[in-house]
Amino acid sequence: MDIAAGLLHGFALALQPLNLLWCFVGVLLGTIVGIMPGLGPPATIAMLLPLTALMNPAGAIIMLAGIYYGAKYGGSTTSILLNVPGESASVVTCLDGYAMARKGRAGPALGIAAIASFIAGTVGVLGLMLVAPPLAKLALAFSSPEYFALMSLGLAMVVLLAGKSMVKALLAMLVGLWIAGIGTDVFTSQSRFTFGHMELLSGIDFVVVAIGIFALGEVLANMEAREEPQVLPVPKGLRNLLPTMQDLRDCRFAFAQGSVLGFLVGVLPGAGSTIASFISYGVEKAFSKRRDQFGTGVIEGVAAPEGANNSETGGALVPLLTLGIPGSGTTAILLAALVLWGFKPGPLFIAENPGMFWGLVASMYIGNVMLLVLNLPLVPLFAQVLRTPVYVLYPLIVGISIVGVYAGSGSLFDLYLLAGFGLLGYLMRKLDYPSAPLILGLVLGGAMERALRQSLMMSEGHLSILVSRPISAVMLALALVVLCIPLFSRFNTWRLRAMEQEES
Amino acid sequence: MRHRSPDFWSGLALAALGAYIVAQARGWDYLTDDGPGPGFFPLWYGIAILACSAWLVVFGKSPGANWQGAGRALATWGAVALAVTLVKFIGFALAFGAVAFFIVAVMYRRSPAVAALVALCTVAGFYLVFPLALGVALP
Repeated sequence: MDIAAGLLHGFALALQPLNLLWCFVGVLLGTIVGIMPGLGPPATIAMLLPLTALMNPAGAIIMLAGIYYGAKYGGSTTSILLNVPGESASVVTCLDGYAMARKGRAGPALGIAAIASFIAGTVGVLGLMLVAPPLAKLALAFSSPEYFALMSLGLAMVVLLAGKSMVKALLAMLVGLWIAGIGTDVFTSQSRFTFGHMELLSGIDFVVVAIGIFALGEVLANMEAREEPQVLPVPKGLRNLLPTMQDLRDCRFAFAQGSVLGFLVGVLPGAGSTIASFISYGVEKAFSKRRDQFGTGVIEGVAAPEGANNSETGGALVPLLTLGIPGSGTTAILLAALVLWGFKPGPLFIAENPGMFWGLVASMYIGNVMLLVLNLPLVPLFAQVLRTPVYVLYPLIVGISIVGVYAGSGSLFDLYLLAGFGLLGYLMRKLDYPSAPLILGLVLGGAMERALRQSLMMSEGHLSILVSRPISAVMLALALVVLCIPLFSRFNTWRLRAMEQEES
Repeated sequence: MRHRSPDFWSGLALAALGAYIVAQARGWDYLTDDGPGPGFFPLWYGIAILACSAWLVVFGKSPGANWQGAGRALATWGAVALAVTLVKFIGFALAFGAVAFFIVAVMYRRSPAVAALVALCTVAGFYLVFPLALGVALP
């Protein structure tokens, strides 16, 4: 199926009334989730995942993807009005966005964030549409050794997901591999790490771990503070939200570079939208004629990172859908969602499920338009979400987590596991262990072990099969290079600075 | 006893996990006639956990985490853990209602009337949305 035919097919699917509704629900939920500090897209998608079992998979992935990219739009609202990023990708937007709001220019800041998000988000989907199919064709030559090398490359990306400590990130990833290994070994039927519990023979459901670590862990971490932040006022009326022509002229380069850089960074698994927004902000500042004013309320300082973090979404879906490699916690959960519905993201995904792929692409074009419409005139309304009392919000999240886990398995044992993983998620936050590597290890662990064992069966036990095949050898070499990245101190200093900004 | 960093204690706990994984993996086949056995992969990541956690125990020196407010978080966790344990005996409505009441009244110090209202509304909302509208069973 060529691109034009695929896209037409996709629009036919995405424009079905029910799918349009799911797209709208997704982007609306995403915007709200993005606005709320302390509730991120991974937690929301994880919580809703069990409920999607009732939906058709196309509608479900359209909705979950809508939450993913919708949150990027909403994240800027809290950055600008509260100086608190609603989403980690909007951290850098605080610098100039909040400064603009304090100068009485909250409207244009919110407006330019929505416009930049729309332009770059659309460019990101365009990139996804053009890059994913040829990349998937290239990956069709993969066999078990290549898959093992690919998984190794995916796990090596842990160095980019790591926080301050690489060792802690590695440990989190290894614990993820261990959790993935709990249950019955598919090759020999040997039960592993089940502690005598029958319920563990079929393994630990990914949803339980994700909801526990992200949703419950996040609630527990947020429960530490009692004070509620103060919101700056949002100007009423669409005219007060629209940037001036001069603002738009000032942002031309920011729109372009944010779109391209965001997509390219997104394609690299592990880099993520936070890094995309920092790079884009840095590039904008470096090339700006008024670089000394950055941080004091410069409109390009809002447009560049907001564009990049939206374009990154399209890029991040490329390795997810064509290679089966998730680059972040959210894409890992999307990967698990596809697997739960019976799909196998990887080289054959587009060929075997053209409707699903092109329907998703088309829905993202539609979703971006919906988001622009929602985020320009309705921003004052969305800002009211920030006034939801936390003492109402947190019990709701706890309740949805419990129902979500139970709905998936019908097992009370999973609720005990949920409580356990909630505590683990909280302790990981307190002790500075990043949670994304654990999810990465959990998602890739089973497939990686299978690929390794199948490879060694093919070679009758000789490890040389992993390096004697060119694609596999190149990917393993790349994994080695990625693992060595922290040794380059300049990159590491820059990465740590981005992480510190994210934490503050 | 000398004050140890949190890295020391978390490293020690993970070392124990690594040792457990290695001990278990050694009891399973490492290689079989068909190729690697069930002990192959766990043995290697168990060893890796041991190595990384040993590094953390010896060299880890991150400053102590700020535990102010941890009591509130752990109390909430205790309430959630108790509720999921009690679900089997008293049902979702009572167990979850109690957690919601606890969070509102104890953690956020709102009046018992407000807490009861939030608990009642959320429980009613869950019944309306999940079993009635979506056909999803509650625990």
